[in-house]
Amino acid sequence: MTASLDPSLEAAPKSLVTVRSAFTAVLLAFLALLPLYVALTGNAFVLTLFTRIVIMAIGAVSLNLIMGYGGMVSFGHAAYLGIGGYAVGILAKEGVDSGFAQWPVAVAASALYAVVVGALSLRTRGVYFIMITLAFAQMIYYVAIGLDRYGGDDGLTIYRRSQFGGLIDLSNKTLFYYLCLVLLIASIYMVSRLINSRFGLTIRGSRSNDRRMRAIGFPTFRYRLVCFVIAGALCGLAGALLANHTNFISPALMHWTRSGDLIVMVVLGGLGSLFGPLIGTVAFLLLEEALSRVTEYANLILGPVLLLVAIYVRGGIEGLLEGRRSGYRAP
Amino acid sequence: MLYFFEQTLNGVQLGMLLFLLASGLTLVFGIMDLVNLAHGSLYMLGAYFAATFAALTGSFVAAIVLALAASLVLGMVLEIVAIRPLYGRDHLDHVLGTFGLLLFFNELVRVIWGPAGMTLALPPQMLTAVQIIPGVYYPIYRLVIILATLAVAALLYLVVMRTRLGMLIRAGASNREMVGALGINIKLLYTLVFGLGAALAGFAGVMQAPILTVQIGMGENILILAFVVIIIGGIGSIRGAFVAAIIVGLIDTIGRAFLPDLLHQALSNDAAQTLGPSLSSMSIYMLMAAILVFRPEGLFPAATR
Repeated sequence: MTASLDPSLEAAPKSLVTVRSAFTAVLLAFLALLPLYVALTGNAFVLTLFTRIVIMAIGAVSLNLIMGYGGMVSFGHAAYLGIGGYAVGILAKEGVDSGFAQWPVAVAASALYAVVVGALSLRTRGVYFIMITLAFAQMIYYVAIGLDRYGGDDGLTIYRRSQFGGLIDLSNKTLFYYLCLVLLIASIYMVSRLINSRFGLTIRGSRSNDRRMRAIGFPTFRYRLVCFVIAGALCGLAGALLANHTNFISPALMHWTRSGDLIVMVVLGGLGSLFGPLIGTVAFLLLEEALSRVTEYANLILGPVLLLVAIYVRGGIEGLLEGRRSGYRAP
Repeated sequence: MLYFFEQTLNGVQLGMLLFLLASGLTLVFGIMDLVNLAHGSLYMLGAYFAATFAALTGSFVAAIVLALAASLVLGMVLEIVAIRPLYGRDHLDHVLGTFGLLLFFNELVRVIWGPAGMTLALPPQMLTAVQIIPGVYYPIYRLVIILATLAVAALLYLVVMRTRLGMLIRAGASNREMVGALGINIKLLYTLVFGLGAALAGFAGVMQAPILTVQIGMGENILILAFVVIIIGGIGSIRGAFVAAIIVGLIDTIGRAFLPDLLHQALSNDAAQTLGPSLSSMSIYMLMAAILVFRPEGLFPAATR
């Protein structure tokens, strides 16, 4: 499990075409060409579904940064989706509809929340950390319910998507989809740069053995906090996108079970792998969608599937793809 | 002043309810090292069992007894079927697996009992209010809840501190491997402890059923409060859970009752109306944050972890 985490490093000495990299390439090509299919068939629903999948994948990529590489199991990640979304919603309601104002505020507010929560919760480890991030996210959930001016429990409709002058028109669904996709690829690239830098090695070292990292002179708390804040800011951006996508924001988005969904996406795809969160998000949301078409009681199947994944599958879908090449990873 | 007294009693009642949930969670975590997100589902199912058995038997007391037994059996079966393979695994696997169980139970309840909630009617003699001090009338059933949970807490204390089973539970909490090495049937012990936790959660659901609507997802939000309780009390400590549950119950109830009025005096009407509900629901989380700053291990850290 603790073998080298960067697929490019692993793949280099072997053939570049592994089952895993081929699968990832096909998935990316599919995502890039999806609007073409939609234009040909006129099936707009698929575009809406995949826009949502791409946005949630950004959230999952951000969670994977702290959970997969940093070992920080945050069970409050949906809070950032909500903070980013509410930043857009509240500003829109108050008459500020410029995206140049809304999006930076969404990112900054999420980062600020991450600084406070991180500074408190990173003092603890393991199960305490899980429960504390969970509890703080629940606090934000109740704060949103208390915001009577902004809809309270019922949520807030956003009548106008973020305006970017003449630069890009977000109400064009295809353009919006591509913007989300570009941001997703950019965030995966950012994570890959980050985890292979000195900063990232420190974070990964701290996951393996924090005490040793501190003993050789790294103030790991600071590194971990910065990593936590970067992930929070990234997920806040996903929240701003989500608010623009649904034109609606409500506390339900921040309910702790949504944080659970994000964890499921990351673990299902493959913890601590670059494209794992994307694969997991696609798999989870498509499975959810497919099951809800077949049966009224989708979770009756989805729930036991998650239990079985937890018990039997190590390394998620990425791990399964990799397992077909025996002896692929050095012991 | 009388209002304050009444709210204090409500706070104690919420605290006792939280204790029932938190003690099961903390036992399961302390002994099996398992994070159980499905604990709230057991609370929900306890309430559904009670409502169903009350409808079947027509007797309130029989409903409580049967629902308790059903919760215990359900917990033990669940442990054997689904929980056992998760022992010794990463906490993340626990989160994933028990989150799946939570989704499953919510849907199962929808299949069996339907999407609409249920109600459990109290027997008529429980419906009156009793005068506890001159001028203060308090619903008799809420007093019954406080007394019943206190009795359960005392019983739990006796079981854990004075019986052979309790001795094994305490031993298991401080050193699992050693208990197994000494020839104790650790699998059976785990099943019993999980069943006990399920019964405690089920009992909490049973007691709340007549006050709340019995509905899907009723265990989800209260589970987080139970987590806050065990963080404040110290994970693995039943005594800590008891003290923290009362503190959290009191602060939450009294905060909701009085903070909005206090804000009205300090701030403009408008600001108070916006801030009041948000701030009062934040109070216990701020308490948790404060405790974390000064005592990251909680008020009563369990001895060996």
